[in-house]
Amino acid sequence: MHIEIDEIAKSFGDTTALHPVSLPIPSGALVALLGPSGSGKTTLLRILGGLEFPSSGRVLFDGKDATGLTVQERRAGFVFQSYALFRHMTVFENIAYGLRARPRASRPPNAEITRRVTKLLELIQLPDIGKRFPTQLSGGQRQRVALARALAIEPRMLLLDEPFGALDARVRKELRTGLREIHDATGLTTVFVTHDQEEAMELADLVVVMSMGRIEQIGKPSDIRARPATDFVREFISA
Amino acid sequence: MSDATTFRAPTEEAPIVRRILIGVVVVLLAVLVLAPLIVVFAEALSRGVGEAVKSLGSRDALAAIRLTLTVAAISVPLNAIFGVAAAWAITKFDFKGKAFLITLIDLPFSVSPVVAGLCLVLLLGTNSTLGGLLVANGYPIIFALPGIVLATVFVTFPFIARELIPVMIEQGKAEEEAALTLGASGWRVFRTVTLPNIRWALLYGVLLCNARAMGEFGAVAVVSGKIRGETATMPITIEMMYNEYLSVAAFSLAAVLALLALLTLALKTLLEWRHADALSATGGH
Repeated sequence: MHIEIDEIAKSFGDTTALHPVSLPIPSGALVALLGPSGSGKTTLLRILGGLEFPSSGRVLFDGKDATGLTVQERRAGFVFQSYALFRHMTVFENIAYGLRARPRASRPPNAEITRRVTKLLELIQLPDIGKRFPTQLSGGQRQRVALARALAIEPRMLLLDEPFGALDARVRKELRTGLREIHDATGLTTVFVTHDQEEAMELADLVVVMSMGRIEQIGKPSDIRARPATDFVREFISA
Repeated sequence: MSDATTFRAPTEEAPIVRRILIGVVVVLLAVLVLAPLIVVFAEALSRGVGEAVKSLGSRDALAAIRLTLTVAAISVPLNAIFGVAAAWAITKFDFKGKAFLITLIDLPFSVSPVVAGLCLVLLLGTNSTLGGLLVANGYPIIFALPGIVLATVFVTFPFIARELIPVMIEQGKAEEEAALTLGASGWRVFRTVTLPNIRWALLYGVLLCNARAMGEFGAVAVVSGKIRGETATMPITIEMMYNEYLSVAAFSLAAVLALLALLTLALKTLLEWRHADALSATGGH
């Protein structure tokens, strides 16, 4: 799905989180929102997911105005920073949650839910952990379960907030490859937030560098490396 | 490893200090908590079990037990609903006057129950406009069950909300947001995510609230009018019996009240013991 961010601004009381920003995201792209904390990247991601509403501006999905759509109507697969798995449910129930939450008419029968959850567990290469609880998983496993849970609703796009933030370096590399593979297999338009320039450059097709609520530069990793548009970008990517 | 005994953790006090501290606590608990409890049961049984049971069978005692259980059965569910609603509003939303709302929830802790009772009488008594209207239409609040329930609800209001707020703050909004992005409606999120996550804190709050609701004296004494066999709850009946030198009857009823409280405590301990895993997983106590 093609996403168009059109002059989106957001302020919380007196503080401005986002100055009007515009950003086209081509269908099927893997995009990184890169910036230091306080740059507005998470706010922008949450606006795409319908968890925050912009103070002004529009969001377009495939050319249609989606600004007023509720979080449920957006059907965005969202992976939270600390994964936000439901702690009182098994991994299986976590992944099945979105399917069970559907209105009765479109809710798949139990056998179908089981089939889909099993398939997702295989996709994240953890076929045997369905009966476990989130507290019994490692950080990397939790991240993959969160990804499977987001994919279960057959989302129109995938939004990830610092998906590798809480992991150690080795697992991080492994899961980067995992996300790339899942993105390529599903073809979903994917946006992830990170403060790690190496991660953004290595993983994304398109990198959006942000600072102080503004977009500093949009481009392919190689372009940004070769021709940083501002002093901020130059300093940030050399850090 | 005999040397190890000469070292101790930096946070640990010298053995003599430790023994004194533990000793002080044990003596205080024995004098202030255990001794009165023993005296209550000893006095109740001072003329034998038969006499105690007979006094509990009196019309007034039975009416008091029935009334106290009725009041608790109405007030506790009401406060469970109010408490969850208040904790939900405070922890999941940002709004103006939030600090004021938190203070308001704590108010019953700082206001004397007698004052609270008097306020209810002034507001809803026969001499007030509102109360006069209600009495004229056959719905007396003061000196009747509704007044007692109101007073009890007021006094026990903070227990459940206070228990829930820190737990819900610690858990944050992320799980709720995740459920919303997965397509769940607000009510479904509450039912399948919020409520299961707070169930232990809620249960604790309910038990505490129940113990207090059954034992409340001051506020209820003012609003109930102490009509024997009609609006006298267990604590009030106990006081009346004691003042009339019916010490076996007074202490027998007091023993029943104490037993109800002990039962609550036992239930709480049992739950803690049986569900220790679940408690640590959902961040209860």
